[in-house]
Amino acid sequence: MKYKGRFGNYGGFYVPEVLIPALEELEDAFYHFYENPQFVKELDELYKYYAGRPTPLYHAKRFSEIVGFKVYLKREDLLHGGAHKVNNTLGQGLLAKYMGKKKLIAETGAGQHGLATAMIGALFGMETKIFMGVTDIDRQSVNVHKMRLCGAEVVAVEGGTGTLKDAINDALRYWTAHVTDTFYLFGSAAGPHPYPAIVKHFQSCIGKEARQQCIDQIGGLPDMVVACVGGGSNAIGIFSGFYDDKNVRLIGVEAGGMSLEEGKNAATLAIGKVGILHGAKAYLLQDKEGQVYDTESVSAGLDYAAVGPEHCLLKDTKRAEYFAAHDEDVLNAFETLTKSEGIIPALESSHALAFLMTHKNDFSPDTIAVVNLSGRGDKDVSIVEKHRPLKQ
Amino acid sequence: MKTYKQLFSQLNRAALIPFFVIGDPDFDTSLEIVKTAIDSGADILELGIPFSDPIADGPAIQKADIRSMKSGMNMAKALEFIQKIKEYKDIPIGLLMYYNLVFQYGIKKFFGDFHKAGVNSVLVADLSIDDADEITEPALSSGLDTVFMVTPNTKSDRMKLIASKTTGFIYTVSVLGVTGSRNELSNQIDGLIAKLKKITDVPICVGFGISSPEHAVSVAKAGANGVIIGSKIVSFVENNLENKSKMKEDISAFLKQVKSAISDNKS
Ligand SMILES: Cc1ncc(COP(=O)(O)O)c(C=O)c1O
Repeated sequence: MKYKGRFGNYGGFYVPEVLIPALEELEDAFYHFYENPQFVKELDELYKYYAGRPTPLYHAKRFSEIVGFKVYLKREDLLHGGAHKVNNTLGQGLLAKYMGKKKLIAETGAGQHGLATAMIGALFGMETKIFMGVTDIDRQSVNVHKMRLCGAEVVAVEGGTGTLKDAINDALRYWTAHVTDTFYLFGSAAGPHPYPAIVKHFQSCIGKEARQQCIDQIGGLPDMVVACVGGGSNAIGIFSGFYDDKNVRLIGVEAGGMSLEEGKNAATLAIGKVGILHGAKAYLLQDKEGQVYDTESVSAGLDYAAVGPEHCLLKDTKRAEYFAAHDEDVLNAFETLTKSEGIIPALESSHALAFLMTHKNDFSPDTIAVVNLSGRGDKDVSIVEKHRPLKQ
Repeated sequence: MKTYKQLFSQLNRAALIPFFVIGDPDFDTSLEIVKTAIDSGADILELGIPFSDPIADGPAIQKADIRSMKSGMNMAKALEFIQKIKEYKDIPIGLLMYYNLVFQYGIKKFFGDFHKAGVNSVLVADLSIDDADEITEPALSSGLDTVFMVTPNTKSDRMKLIASKTTGFIYTVSVLGVTGSRNELSNQIDGLIAKLKKITDVPICVGFGISSPEHAVSVAKAGANGVIIGSKIVSFVENNLENKSKMKEDISAFLKQVKSAISDNKS
């Protein structure tokens, strides 16, 4: 490998020898193409005409009234596919095309990354396999159906609790046996180097746009930027636009699940300890001997025991702050945004909104918050219905 | 304590190296099985400490990990297990495991404690040669040998680097893929062994997918210093969970078959 892929002491590429050549090839290709004018032009066009970039920055006035300060939503939920995931799958998919790969695999939790990969598989005519835990297949069945409609094969993963971690395990195992011709399109800013760098690069359009939109629409920078954190791709995408703006607080919100008790959440940065999983050194939810805990969250996309390495460094250096939102508060936020704005947020994104609602007393009325509304909640309506049945 | 060097220099045939997950299906049965393997001709033991997320393992060993963890395996018990094996016989033992367990235990302390218990080497499946420095010094200074993997897609210059950092044996993976029994041996293996033999004098042991006496013989003929048999052996545990004596008989019969096949093929 050319680079170590470290963020401080975090990150790296802790993978079996057999995967090293594939990661080397990927690193090589990424640094070869990512600034190549033809590649950049093609990707920009796809962003614009296929995905729907730039996405608006929307002043959610009625929601703002409820929390008592100004809230702007970066509308990644309006992108094709319904989430920020397409920024990354277009980028990596195009890279795969430039590398001459014809087969894609990906893991997925909520199914948003799986769907965004399946779309790109269809678009580029690549054979696509999506690994998804059985629990997630059950709770995100709409996305499973969409992936299949796009022509992807959805592989049901039985191991563990049938969630994102287990899907990554099986995707890595499959990749091990098919490294020579298969491109692993990883879905978050986590996993082994070079994925955290690649995914951040392709998601950084969110932060670049949002910063400029703040200047154009608000006349200045916000006081804080808030995003949910699963592996951390939508958060790193928007945070990276504001790194140098020291007065802008960067706030990541993880899945607090039922409680902060072991095994009842996915609040990795809040209660995890440094460990190694899926190729990276990072905070990890684990017991004292290093066995990885099961996780629990109402949102499949945040239900993950590890987190991207750059977030670990941002936490340690205190450039970003991390909080956990509990399921009940997340459901409240989901309902509140829907009722006040007519925007149905993904349960993942609802974590960021929940933070604003539960911490509203900490902020003065002139506070300006930008929330990365990473995805839309169509996929989640039946989950919400289960928890909060509508009284007709 | 018997070293790899002593063992390989005494053998004029390939070493028989069965793999077991420590504590599969439970501590006591596992101990009996491993003793049976020793009695049936194992030259080296390859032992795994179970991990929640074994990304280099196929279904057979994943299930063995789960059985072992469910029956309460942990680091203290793994140490005790190894001590008990060593009391039974001074046989070289290589551990095969995942990095997070070593890391949480404390790297230096891990190597120290497990060497004291009788371990000869620790192969960390998810630590490549690029980060070998994190474990090499603590391993060597604790008195352990180092073992690293070479796979069919490892480039020549990397093979050289791996060989230069290996003091025990090179764990040569016969196929692109995770652990698991396979009906046919990879056709890449002869070329891989030949290439390695040109590069290094370090012993070469071949694993992943070796499932029959014929596979073992063909690997031995190609020049391997040892054959590692994992999933196939672990499957005897899985298939006989209700009948422990048959579990032992099957493992014993299989190992004796392999042993006699590779013994007829002295180099
Ligand atoms: C809408 C949405 N937001 C956020 C996430 C979490 O991923 P990340 O932390 O990589 O942004 C997901 C993952 O499925 C998602 O679907």
